Amino acid sequence: MKPWGSPEQAGVGALPPNFSERPGDMTEPPVFDRIRTLVSGHDVVLFMKGDRHMPRCGFSNTVVQVLDVTGVDFVDVDVLADDEIREGIKAFTDWPTIPQLYVKGEFVGGCDIVREMYQTGELRDLLAQKGVPHAA
Amino acid sequence: MSSRADRIRIALSERFAPLSLEVMDDSHRHAGHAGARPEGETHYTVILVSPQFQGMNRVARSRAVHEALATEFANGLHALALTLRAPDELG
Repeated sequence: MKPWGSPEQAGVGALPPNFSERPGDMTEPPVFDRIRTLVSGHDVVLFMKGDRHMPRCGFSNTVVQVLDVTGVDFVDVDVLADDEIREGIKAFTDWPTIPQLYVKGEFVGGCDIVREMYQTGELRDLLAQKGVPHAA
Repeated sequence: MSSRADRIRIALSERFAPLSLEVMDDSHRHAGHAGARPEGETHYTVILVSPQFQGMNRVARSRAVHEALATEFANGLHALALTLRAPDELG
């Protein structure tokens, strides 16, 4: 794999990838546009292994259950069905693991963070604050 | 050769000067799953209490741990379950 730190890309890898707003930025993998469209096109997007009906990883399953219990509508993206997204989402978020939860285009966290935020009530607070409908 | 758990312990101890640190190898519980390797050493649980987490949000804490373990992620580390606390958040 060619490292991000090659001369023409110096420093780019150090930025949060979704920080860049420059259109047509040639240093950016094309998949970032697909991901940006996904996370900006839906209130809640979960990048997971498997789908909501058949999660193929315990961590992904936990987040699906949290979202179901919270009563929030979400879009599930199966990274196992799309290699480009599978690798791309790790670089886009600068986060090495799946699942990854986005709310209103912002990265919230992976399994541990989502579970903790559910337990403390922070997840409901976040959804309310961002105007995302969910069960009371 | 040191185990990955040992290397994780050393890297996190040096980076975070923890008040407490537990590293558990859960790889056997994920045998056969995507990301698991026959030789194991893929899935870990880390419970880390460090004063350095004071004032950092959850994502920033996890990112700091990921960064400290970047070499391990580049070499087959697949999953980390993280509980990251500042000292005044215990209990």
